[in-house]
Amino acid sequence: MEIALNLIKAALEQGFAYGVLALGVYITYSILDFPDLSVDGTVPLGATVSAVLIIQGVNPWLSCLFAFLAGAAAGCVTGLLHVKLRIRPLLCGILVMTALLSVNLVLMMKGTGGLSIASLFHAPTIVDEFPAGLIPEKVGGYALRTLAVLLVLAVVCKLLLDGYLKTRSGLLLRATGSNEQFVTMLARNPGVSKILGLAIGNGFAALAGAALAQKNGSADLQMGQGMVVIGLASVIIGTSVFRGVRRMKDTTRVLLGALIYAACLQVALAFGLPTAYLKLLMAALFVLALVSTNLLDGGLRKTAKGGR
Amino acid sequence: MLRCEQLTKRFNVGTPDETTLFDGFSFTAEQGDFVSIIGSNGSGKTTLLNLICGTTAPDGGKILFGGRDITRLSEHKRAARIGRVFQDPQKGTCSTLTILENMALADNKQGVYGLTGAVNKKRVDLYRTLLEECGMGLENRMNTLAGSLSGGQRQALALVIANMTDVELLILDEHTAALDPKSSETVMRLTDKLVGEKRITTLMVTHNLRFALEYGNRLLMLHMGRSVMDLRGEEKGKARMEDILRTFNEISIECGN
Repeated sequence: MEIALNLIKAALEQGFAYGVLALGVYITYSILDFPDLSVDGTVPLGATVSAVLIIQGVNPWLSCLFAFLAGAAAGCVTGLLHVKLRIRPLLCGILVMTALLSVNLVLMMKGTGGLSIASLFHAPTIVDEFPAGLIPEKVGGYALRTLAVLLVLAVVCKLLLDGYLKTRSGLLLRATGSNEQFVTMLARNPGVSKILGLAIGNGFAALAGAALAQKNGSADLQMGQGMVVIGLASVIIGTSVFRGVRRMKDTTRVLLGALIYAACLQVALAFGLPTAYLKLLMAALFVLALVSTNLLDGGLRKTAKGGR
Repeated sequence: MLRCEQLTKRFNVGTPDETTLFDGFSFTAEQGDFVSIIGSNGSGKTTLLNLICGTTAPDGGKILFGGRDITRLSEHKRAARIGRVFQDPQKGTCSTLTILENMALADNKQGVYGLTGAVNKKRVDLYRTLLEECGMGLENRMNTLAGSLSGGQRQALALVIANMTDVELLILDEHTAALDPKSSETVMRLTDKLVGEKRITTLMVTHNLRFALEYGNRLLMLHMGRSVMDLRGEEKGKARMEDILRTFNEISIECGN
């Protein structure tokens, strides 16, 4: 029983952190229709910026804000490469991701005095500093601070995004993803909208990185590996599993998708999967998510074409 | 109002397939003109519209709009004063947004796309009135996604949207071509009504010779980047379908169609 509860707790913590990332990927992948690989670089960027700033004595919540801004700046670069230099989306992502490898390394070395990992074990983080400090350290024998903070963070991000998508700027962003010509005829430059979307998306990714680092107690340069897959898989799982649920917002679906994905990973690890196989499992789960949507679509199409 | 001076447009420059479509083409539309443009495929109708809207840049010549040289102005900046409806009903509206959201976005064309709520409740009644004029029952389906409308309905919505703000020039690029005969008739009548109400200068490319003859005050026939027929006012009123068809057949035979 206790093992199960701990497993659920771990899955939820992980899931909410991934949820923030998934919201970012939802903006670029679903809304803008831009397959953005730069998140593999912006997640560790956010983690590094936040961890280094905390070590330098900056308030952990403020460090999250700076992480978001750093991610947004990187997203702008991806957007500018695409819009101004007309480089294809996939290549833009690869370029920024690669460039960020150096940026992250330099930031990490400068911030920690030459280390490749920034430990936060004795530093204040969002999961134990105010206002999380108001929650008792143990509730019924369980440490719930981390879970509570990440839950609130993910939900607040979701609500902010929901609110934004209803504004004029947000609506223009949605229009950009589905019909660029329409945006042009509204006398607006669709390129500007794209850059804005990529900035927000990567801002969320970096914020997720900051949250992951503070939850895990350290930031390292390898934590970006597989983040694109995690984000995309969460979006695809969420939107396909819950697409039958009416009146549910896409952002809610995406958050739930992240929870499901994290739960699958945690269960596999609990059943004794060696951590070395984790990325393999991530990829396999992603394939499963993709195939399941295709099967659902395929089933519908068959009946439409008279059972061919 | 709108003046194209000595426009030159070449395609596939620097390859063996290089072709010159326009070579010193000039064209003037007066304020309030409703010009129907006809011509065979490849005659330059759509390219002319693309040049005016800024979708493609000319290789030479000038485009003046309201006395201002807009030859180097980007497409979206020109769009502030131009409304455009395309042949493809998918292009004129945003399929993932509702009718209401589409209209709210278009209504804000002259404003700022900031962090205020997108849909202004006070304007909804106005949107409803605009939709009622289409006579398609769209006013009762404001929260339907534009993507689930039929081609005719979408094209009517696109027309309304293109006219929502005070544009000075309306560009119709074969906007009835993808519709069934009845829908294209409805959309054409709606077009005439909207254009007539506001006296907007309009350029309409069409393959429907009857529409070209029936609507508008001027008829322009293009062939290989040149104007081969330009009827105005009374002259156009007197023109008969046979005359136009004869000229049309002559130029078609000339290029082997």
